[in-house]
Amino acid sequence: MNIHLILQMASEAMGYREALVCGETRLTFEELGDAAKRVAGHMSEDEKLAFLAEADSCFPAALFGAALAGTQFVPLNYRLTREQLEAQMKRITPAKLITSHSVSLDGIECVSQNTILKGDALQSEAPHEGGATAVELFTSGTTGEPKSAILRHANLMAYIFGTVEFMSADEDEAALLTVPPYHIAGIAAVLSSTYAGRRMVQLPNFSPEGWIELAQQENVSNAFLVPTMLQRIVDYAGDSLELPTMRNIAYGGGKMPRQTIERAMTILPHVNFTNAYGLTETSATICMLGPEDHREAFNSPNPAIKRRLSSAGKPIPSIELQIRSEGGDVCAPEETGLVYVRGDQVSGEYKGLGSQLDAEGWFLTKDRGFVDADGYLFIDGRADDVIVRGGENISPGEIEDVLRTHSAVKDVAAVAVADTEWGEAVGVAIVCPDDIGDAELCELVRANLRSSRVPSVIKRMDELPYNETGKLLRRVIRDGFAD
Amino acid sequence: MGQIYKPGTKLSSTVCKTQIMALRVPAEELEISCGGAPMQVGDPAELGEMNGENTGTLVGKRYTDADETMEFLCTRGGEGSIAIEGYVIDIKAAKKLPSSD
Repeated sequence: MNIHLILQMASEAMGYREALVCGETRLTFEELGDAAKRVAGHMSEDEKLAFLAEADSCFPAALFGAALAGTQFVPLNYRLTREQLEAQMKRITPAKLITSHSVSLDGIECVSQNTILKGDALQSEAPHEGGATAVELFTSGTTGEPKSAILRHANLMAYIFGTVEFMSADEDEAALLTVPPYHIAGIAAVLSSTYAGRRMVQLPNFSPEGWIELAQQENVSNAFLVPTMLQRIVDYAGDSLELPTMRNIAYGGGKMPRQTIERAMTILPHVNFTNAYGLTETSATICMLGPEDHREAFNSPNPAIKRRLSSAGKPIPSIELQIRSEGGDVCAPEETGLVYVRGDQVSGEYKGLGSQLDAEGWFLTKDRGFVDADGYLFIDGRADDVIVRGGENISPGEIEDVLRTHSAVKDVAAVAVADTEWGEAVGVAIVCPDDIGDAELCELVRANLRSSRVPSVIKRMDELPYNETGKLLRRVIRDGFAD
Repeated sequence: MGQIYKPGTKLSSTVCKTQIMALRVPAEELEISCGGAPMQVGDPAELGEMNGENTGTLVGKRYTDADETMEFLCTRGGEGSIAIEGYVIDIKAAKKLPSSD
């Protein structure tokens, strides 16, 4: 099995369809198939194909071309510092690196975007060993040194077979791609769009006005966004947003504030929203909250249904999910524990560390959460972010949710701060006007939660730190309290 | 004569354009045919004559036997029908999911 099959089938069955739009570049699936063959013509099996660029038009050809040549695709994060990037590059040699930057490093051979798309096409068939690695992705490393997640052809194909029907897109459908190539959602979007036969429209640098303009110009029907992007779009749009051709917006990659999704549903009533929950290590989406669930929750007076707007939905049919306690017992509904998943798309494997799956194939996501009586998953946050105050586990999410109900609070994060009496206590970093006093905020928490949840220290900030794909950098906030 | 196939193996019809890939197969000898003739690894130089009743294959569809012990992906469609040990296999009903990326 090889992910190149996706492109091969698309170029044979619907080669005439437009595949890719990026700036001035327009390619059909047949042309994309040829481009991938030329990329593969540059490669040998013992060197990887690294990619250090924004969503360049050669990204899909590079992803499929590496697979055709039987080597690994390794997209790198162009926003990292030079030192961080060099450290990652040293871990992937020997490699060809597609980039317009100049990099001089042993074992790294730079190739420009132009050069990689020229030359002789590889005519042979893709190797079909399902055990081979297709993509190596560095995790964002919000809690430590980035790990290199291994995604095998069999994992990614299981994801595609489990979630996308071949050629299921109508001929006029187009997906707006805004997530960078080094993010699992960026990889998944190329694979899914190609298998569905959906035109990919790349937006290299996200801005709300740029996104809206391109969506209108290219008659975009589908889009994936991380929560901060949707937030910025609704803030920019105000009361109305003209997107007549938009049909489906999926979001994921971080926690979506309830206010943001409600706002988006209000100004885009004709759009189907889907919350996609997944991790790099699970080859993208494992749970979905679909459009019907969104509408039902949005319109329901019942609080137990209404809160599902904050849910990650239910596992997709090819995935099993369990919530387990610290002691390993399966939790009852509403009981918070650790989220475990199992399925063919779950890799759970890091380079140098091997497989992290247990003997029965279960993967610990390191997310905490619970399911309700109907099986809807609610993610509480990363297990590492739990605040342990005097032996009591406190979830940052519950404190943040309460503070967010205050209309003046724009953004908030609760983290563990060192405390001589309790070991750890609650620190809150908050974006809100100064005339809302600490006492008022503390009282709000006290009135809704137990007194142990009341912040022992509150820090005012102009904005909270996020990485470029919308992940809150809790470590940076924690370090800020320690200084 | 039957053969043992591995997941990922691609088989071509010898009587039409059909090509399939094994996704899930039992570790036992199987006789796989299309349009009444045995399928083979690699495309044939020329196509033979089709036999029996054929409804054709559709690219992108998955085919499975009645007990769902095996599954094949049609990677190229054609006019022949696929049969395992003489029994025609059918399109597996897909569960429609919303687009998530």
